Parts: sequence; structure tokens; C-alpha cells
Amino acid sequence: MYIIVVGGGKVGYYLTKELLAAGHEVVLLEKDPRRARQIADEVGSIVLNRDGCEGKHLADAGANRASIVAAVTGDDEDNLVVCQMAKHHFDVPRTIARVNNPQNEVLFRHLGVDEIISPTRMILASVEQDIPVHELLHLAQLGGGDLELIEAQIADDSPAAGRRPRDINLPEGCTLFVLLRDEQFQPIRPETVFEPGDKVIAISRTECEAQLHRELIGTDGTDGGQSRVGAGEAVS
Amino acid sequence: MTRSIIVGCGRVGAGLAESLEQAGHDVAIIDVNSDAFNRLPSDFRGRAMRGDGTDEDVLRRAGAEGADRFFALTEGDNRNVLAAQLASETFGVRNVVAKVNDPVRAEAYTALGLATICRTTMMVEALEAYSGLRPGTRARGVDPARGHHGGHEPRVERGSDARGRGVDGVAADPATRIARG
Repeated sequence: MYIIVVGGGKVGYYLTKELLAAGHEVVLLEKDPRRARQIADEVGSIVLNRDGCEGKHLADAGANRASIVAAVTGDDEDNLVVCQMAKHHFDVPRTIARVNNPQNEVLFRHLGVDEIISPTRMILASVEQDIPVHELLHLAQLGGGDLELIEAQIADDSPAAGRRPRDINLPEGCTLFVLLRDEQFQPIRPETVFEPGDKVIAISRTECEAQLHRELIGTDGTDGGQSRVGAGEAVS
Repeated sequence: MTRSIIVGCGRVGAGLAESLEQAGHDVAIIDVNSDAFNRLPSDFRGRAMRGDGTDEDVLRRAGAEGADRFFALTEGDNRNVLAAQLASETFGVRNVVAKVNDPVRAEAYTALGLATICRTTMMVEALEAYSGLRPGTRARGVDPARGHHGGHEPRVERGSDARGRGVDGVAADPATRIARG
């Protein structure tokens, strides 16, 4: 498989080495001449000192026969442009972008980037798994980013504690899906009564999250405690 | 009142902010570097915001939601492309222009339906006109006989996908070449 990697930082460097070791045909584009030389000394002539955002340079790298273009520079905007050029100018079947600001994920997907890797969100998800939270956990994005698979943990003082599903004023576009109680999954039935400690797995439209949070856990999660990383705190 | 958002307070951004504000627009201009706002006139009454114009939160604070016009005019082509697409796709702004100085990238994004303005192409065309390579057109800004205000008609290039975006307010400058998506 022919793969073009754009960006020779730490991620691009190790990615290129791993792909080569796995027997793939790889070209790495790195615009900084010193960094490009440094990597070329190790992995050889597959490193091109070019700016992967420029159409001409992608063409020189053979983008029109690449199976995958992976844009892994440290800048979201550069990764977006690489993927859009690859996708729309060179018909590359699969484009992958590294995204630092999790808020960019939805836009990038909408603009045709096939796969989005967000280290910020991955670390965030890992942190969230470990701490008892009075927040919504985002387990996965579905439907091109419009829907979220969410986990909500019911606390003693949560409005949902001691109530049945029909007593909860669920927002439109939100479905309670399954219940995790005593390490066991069970379906949510009309007669189910939510107890403190229950974890409710729900599917929700992105814009309904605040209301879902209010109904199940209490408060609306807008006091900065919601488990989305705002741009200000994004890992740079 | 027409609300305009400008990302990038360089010479172009600051100049445009001043004209739009004088024309009665509600203007918000964003730059990562607050020193850049020194380019604005001292009596500028619009809003000058320090922040990253490619960040959704910053654009929201600047009032991108419901804005009438959006101009991405930083020195980085890619930043402009990202900011402009956030404005059009995330905030639904209808009139969006991105400055893209690499002609190849400008053309590619025009084909994708984004209105781009390319300084490189504009200057080459102006200098071609000055050199007599474009019969019937006079080079604006480089014509000694006409000073600053000679000029040819606005030339609006249409991309493949119109998507109903207008760039009329920008095309008022005769030398401005707008590739319209």
C-alpha cells in the first residue's frame, strides 16, 4: 500500500518508521529542511523536503496513486488543508488527520476528512474512565458527529434517582439505551427505577446534552465541569 | 446593521475594518497579537478581540453566529481556509472570503465552493496590465498617469459550485479579484 505521511514531527517520524517496518511504501513530506535531513539520515530518500499543503508538492509525491494520506503535523489547519487537497484534488480514498482541538472534529468530518485522530480526546477519555464523575462521559461519536454515545452516573442527589424512565423529562432526540448496575448490563424497562450508582448509557444528539445532564445527574454541566475540553484548555 | 467579522489585523484586515466601520457596519476584528490592533485608527469603534480566529469558541465570542460577512485575512493560507470554513459550515455565515496567497490552493478551494482572494494573482495581473500584456485594461495602483485610482472593471471568477454566496461588498474595489465559489 502506498501511504503519504505529511509532517515529520514525533508522530510523523514514528509513524513512518512503523509503516516502513510493516513493509508499506511510504513517503514523508516535511517542510523544515533541517528536520527533513535529520529524518532522511535515518530512513533514507523517502523523505521529501516539501510542504504537503501545496498541491504541486502532493502531486510530486504521487498523491494520485496513494491509498492513504495521513496529515499529522502539529497544526490542525495544515492537516485540514492536506486532507482536503488529497481528497478533492487527488481523489485519495482515505485521508487521516490529527486534530488537537476536539471542537474541530465535527467540522473536519463534515469537510470530507475520513478519519480523525484526536490525542486530546483520547487522553481525556482515558482520564474520565478513572475518576468518579458527576458528568456525562463521551464514549463515542456516531452518525458523523451529530450523535454521541454517553454514560451518565446517577448520584444520591441526582433528579433521576428513585424515578422511572417515564418520570424523566427526556429531551427530544435522546434515547436511554442500557443500564449498568452492579457490573451487570440490563435493559431499561418502563418499570426500571434508577438508583444511585447506576450508570445509564444513552444516545443523544449533541445539542441535547445539557438537558440530558440536567435531567439525569442534576445541574446542566455548563459550570465548566462538563467533560468536553474547551479550546482554551486544549493540549497544544 | 450589517455585522462583519475580520480575522487577522494586518494591513489588509485593519484597512478593511476601518472602511467597513465608516460605512456603518458592526465590525469585530480578531488577531492573536494585540499589538496588531495598533494598525487600527485611534477612533475605531468596532470591537478588537485578541484570540485565535481558527478557534470555534473565539469566533462565537466575536459574534460569528448570525454574522453577515466574514473575512479571513491572516498571513497563513491554511489558517484562513480553516477560519472561513468554520464560519460558513459551523456558523452558517453566507458571505465568506478567505485570503489564499498560493494560487494553486486558491483555485482548489474555489472549486470547492469557497470564495478566495489571491494577492499573488492580483499583483501578477496588475503588473501584466502595466506591462501592456493585457490590452484594454489599465493597471490600478501602478499607473503613473492615473495615480491611485485608475482601474479596470471588477473581475469576478465563478467557481463550479455557487452555493448562493455573495461577495458583492468586497468586489466594490475595482482591483480586487474575487474567485467566487
